[in-house]
Amino acid sequence: MLSGNLLWVLMGTMLLGIAAGITGTFSFLQKQSLVGDAAAHAALPGIALAFLITGQKELPILMIGAALTSALSVYCIQWIVTYSKLKADAAIGLVLAVFFGIGIVLLTIVNRSPLGNQSGLNDFIFGKAATMTKADLTWLFISAAIIIIVSLLLYKEWKLMIFDPVYAKGIGLPIEALKACLTALIVMTIVTGIQAVGVILMSALLIIPAASAKLWTRRLSTMLIFSGITGGIAGLAGTFISSLRTGLSTGPIIVLFAATIFFISYLFSPKAGQLSKYIRKVKFRKQEKLS
Amino acid sequence: MIEFWVIFTGVLVGLTCGIAGVFLILRKMSMIADAISHTVLFGIVMAFIVTQTLNGVWMLVGAAFAGILTAYLVQLLQSSGIQEDAAIGVVFTSLFAIGVLLITLFAGDVHLDVEHVLMGEIAFIPWDKWTFLSITMPKAVWMLLLVLVINIAFLFLFYKEMKLSTFDPVYAATIGLPVVLLHYGFMTTISLTTVSAFDSVGAILVVAMLIGPAATAYLISKSIKQMFIWSMTFGVAAAIIGYYSAKWFDTSIAGMMATAVGAIFVVIFIIDKINGRLNKKVVET
Repeated sequence: MLSGNLLWVLMGTMLLGIAAGITGTFSFLQKQSLVGDAAAHAALPGIALAFLITGQKELPILMIGAALTSALSVYCIQWIVTYSKLKADAAIGLVLAVFFGIGIVLLTIVNRSPLGNQSGLNDFIFGKAATMTKADLTWLFISAAIIIIVSLLLYKEWKLMIFDPVYAKGIGLPIEALKACLTALIVMTIVTGIQAVGVILMSALLIIPAASAKLWTRRLSTMLIFSGITGGIAGLAGTFISSLRTGLSTGPIIVLFAATIFFISYLFSPKAGQLSKYIRKVKFRKQEKLS
Repeated sequence: MIEFWVIFTGVLVGLTCGIAGVFLILRKMSMIADAISHTVLFGIVMAFIVTQTLNGVWMLVGAAFAGILTAYLVQLLQSSGIQEDAAIGVVFTSLFAIGVLLITLFAGDVHLDVEHVLMGEIAFIPWDKWTFLSITMPKAVWMLLLVLVINIAFLFLFYKEMKLSTFDPVYAATIGLPVVLLHYGFMTTISLTTVSAFDSVGAILVVAMLIGPAATAYLISKSIKQMFIWSMTFGVAAAIIGYYSAKWFDTSIAGMMATAVGAIFVVIFIIDKINGRLNKKVVET
């Protein structure tokens, strides 16, 4: 059952889940979760464009293309919000849909070209972790490791930037550079994850672990650990289950695993869970009656 | 004739989405529409599993249900203290994942494949016809017309109420308007719009048609009525430009329509900026 390759794929998706959990927490706290969604969708035209220009299906080349358009989409959103009267939600929705539309256009062109052996690129929409090769996995390991290490190195600076930007600026932290660095890391996470999870559901890996972690704790350090573990478990378990049956995409199952963890946290977490809230309410009423 | 139906369908999508999009932008709910466009998939698959047919009416029902469910779940998470963007993100990705999984498990061999749902296939629209009152038109056109009528009726009936609850929800609630009911009613029309357009432009690109024209109109409009007119104009223009450029490049029509939406936005944005500069100069001199 556990063939050598599968073991490596499992390790890879777990590491990816951890990386996404960590960067996702920061973007969650910055209220940028849906920007990640747009950036993930915007990876599609980059992949198709990289393939059209170079004619190669080497992962690093596709990843560079994806990273460029993802970053461009984030930049476009910020630009629209700054220079027009449109609000952030409209800007995100517009950029997301238009970039994805361009992606579909390019993908169709790729599929019709003689070079475009269809099987490869379409998998980026929903992800197929099982088809990852050793070389793909090496890239995944390297970039996930970079993401985790950089996040840990910048932990203190980001913490200050998120919770007290004015003070951070006051003591001379380069806020803009830090923000750009966070965006870059999020784009990198997305690009790393799209092959396994797919462009549509990649944002879930950024959002759901962080949202679950927020229900358990108010400390950033604990939240990061919890979010990373949630992402890791979801990646591991989702990939394992999808490998049991042919024809199952990895992305949806990973996301469903993360969603289950969120649901459990939502109901049963000791602080913010619905159950404990209800119990507190009942206790409060009883107290009222007694007095 | 085939070309005519394809363009006509596109124009109807542009009109329907153009109308629905205006209040979406004004109520700052674009991302909820994005969420609904993803979760509609879940509703359609559920409708298929329950009825075992791909009947348009049941799809509409399933989609409306999924849309309301999405709006409700987002509201529920938000009211229990989860920030809005995360609430939207959690709900729609989960429901979408369930939808995709259900398709692969239960509906893999029918017409309902995921790519079709995502990208639509407007070029196939003219062949699937349906006759009613001795008029024969493609099914998608019937569905779009129906939803267009519903959208217009909703506006005619609740225009004033929608306007008030959008710009001053607190006042609207004080004078006794059913703000919550309006919210869910509006969400229902959004999901109906999404599903009627989904067959032709796909669940994700419908977001471009919903948000894009209205957002572009928002840049240049000074009143809601003006915004409606511009929004519909841009929607129709995007559909027509999209169709012909797709034919020119021989590629996905739906994708090209979304690209055209983006192009129109950029053009209008630049024109608006230039106009602003000119006006400034006039004022200064």
